[in-house]
Amino acid sequence: MLHNYQSRDELVAFLKQKSIEVRKKIIQLVVTAGGGHVGGGLSMTEILLTMYWHILDIDPKNPKKPDRDRLILSKGHGGIGICPVLADVGYYEESLMNDFNQYMSPFGMHPDMNKVPGIDMSTGSLGHGLSVCVGLANGARLKNEKWRTFCILGDGECNEGSVWEAAMSAAHYKLGNVTAIIDRNRLMIDGPTAEIMSIEPLEDKWKAFGFDTKVINGHDYNELLDTFENLPGPDSDKPVCVICNTTKGRGVSFMENEVKWHYGGLDEESEKQAVSDIEKLSL
Amino acid sequence: MAGGLSYTIEDLNDLTQGQVFGKTLCDIGREDPTIVCLTADLAKSTKIGTFFNEFPERSFNMGIAEQNMISAAAGMALAGLKPYIATFACFASMRACEQVRTDLCYPNLNVTVIGTHSGLSMGNGGTTHHATEDLAIMRSFANMTVTVPADGIETARIIEASAKHKGPLYMRIGRGFEPPAYDSTDYDFELGKAITMREGASATIIACGMCVREAMEAAEDFAEETEDGKSGRPDIRVVNMHTIKPIDKDAIIKSAQETGTIITVEEHNIIGGLGGAVAEVLMDAGVHCKFKRLGIPDCFSVIGYPEDLYYHYKIDREGIYGTVCELLGIESFADDDDDE
Ligand SMILES: Cc1ncc(C[n+]2csc(CCOP(=O)(O)OP(=O)(O)O)c2C)c(N)n1
Repeated sequence: MLHNYQSRDELVAFLKQKSIEVRKKIIQLVVTAGGGHVGGGLSMTEILLTMYWHILDIDPKNPKKPDRDRLILSKGHGGIGICPVLADVGYYEESLMNDFNQYMSPFGMHPDMNKVPGIDMSTGSLGHGLSVCVGLANGARLKNEKWRTFCILGDGECNEGSVWEAAMSAAHYKLGNVTAIIDRNRLMIDGPTAEIMSIEPLEDKWKAFGFDTKVINGHDYNELLDTFENLPGPDSDKPVCVICNTTKGRGVSFMENEVKWHYGGLDEESEKQAVSDIEKLSL
Repeated sequence: MAGGLSYTIEDLNDLTQGQVFGKTLCDIGREDPTIVCLTADLAKSTKIGTFFNEFPERSFNMGIAEQNMISAAAGMALAGLKPYIATFACFASMRACEQVRTDLCYPNLNVTVIGTHSGLSMGNGGTTHHATEDLAIMRSFANMTVTVPADGIETARIIEASAKHKGPLYMRIGRGFEPPAYDSTDYDFELGKAITMREGASATIIACGMCVREAMEAAEDFAEETEDGKSGRPDIRVVNMHTIKPIDKDAIIKSAQETGTIITVEEHNIIGGLGGAVAEVLMDAGVHCKFKRLGIPDCFSVIGYPEDLYYHYKIDREGIYGTVCELLGIESFADDDDDE
């Protein structure tokens, strides 16, 4: 927990303000980068802010603290969504991202753990993260340590067979210290998940694979906080899956629920429009 | 070339490699009703979507599940269909590696795998999206034919050749913004037969993919006439090795014997790809020559726009020019010209 607060209301107000700032930063990075995975970046802003400001046991001044909680962004194309959050909680200066995506920059579309402080695993190829979490979690158990591992997956990503191999093994090894978080924005690249490769009933699937599964609104801070503040202890014997219903492109009128904004660039006019939409966003 | 190639250079100016491949697939698809196409949530990005739009009933988007896609394509081939698969080169060669090897190559099925966004063409996508190992991987599978078209025209030619080809075939293409390497469609194309793009006696550059054009430009830089008609400039042969396997041994051996120096250039790790294949041919034949492999020097690339990376790893015009100078032990004429 990195932020001191008196009440839940105060915390939520703080995070809501951060939601606006981080989304504006994402838009700015899309411009700097000449394009980015903006839709899926904007859909997980509340999830990430909840995790990094409040839930994860981390120390941004000591990014490799051995007993820290781990978070793996398995949907690695969300680099443009996570990097501003890591800067916001103090892993590095925001100005380091001024050359985002440019020649020799440490910051590209997909985050590299050896270049970006706070990134626990290099990702970008879908369907690897949860397996790595299974390994981390088994490691923590073996060393009798209490830290947790969290994994953010895309819903399209759940097409990958490896996700289900990981799920099976997390349940088999009774890894209650593993939490899978699904950014359920219902879109992938070629279209809606329901049309390209149907994954419903998603909740039942995770349940059947042995996960303690919950479906919440991934943009609602109270629901996010209620869920993650009340996770079963890391010693519990059932992994957890939190399916977060979200909106791809959240906060920008012309991007919301638009397949084509999976990836895109912004001219000056659309940038202005995006920023003004975000300033009006009420969560 | 008989029939089918319906593009002129004008058409191709606006068409990226990816679009050409989508368009050509539709052409052969109209002729052959057994052709089916598969992708893994990358119909639009790989441009195989062109076929999806024209033949929806013969198109299968398998979701983000490359391994399932490749093995399912094997099943379709067993059912008498002719599958074409497109995904990013990194996922075609690495995510579904064993499926390609065991389900396509081992039973020797007629399946064409198109790896798009190959090499460093995903520039700032970073290591997970770079594909600088695919040639080495695919080349090591028995039965597999491995191709790298230099531009849009050659992409069309390889797709056409694939229609008659027996056995699995891999074609790697770039992201698609590459300028053409040929200025005319008027040349003979045959799988496994290298194309001498430019004659020369001082050294040979053997290149594939986008490096062919860069090699041509580097060679032309040497040829440039100066005002005082300076002579004695090296005269560089350029060979386009569009088929990495089976490789054109004769072209390699002949170049080594006639020019004494070979430089290979590829958008790939220097291990196992074009350079490795050429070296194997030379050693096996007991032919000795000056030799240098240009490519990614066995590291994970930095990020940047592709052009920056081509410069960084010396596989662009300047890098190739400099390497030829080094190998031939000559000063750069470019500096010379600047001084005067
Ligand atoms: C193994 C693999 N296959 C394909 C891709 C290309 N790709 C990048 S993002 C994406 C769609 C992801 O959809 P989803 O997981 O729903 O993410 P979101 O909608 O939240 O961006 C695809 C297919 C990839 N990165 N990795």
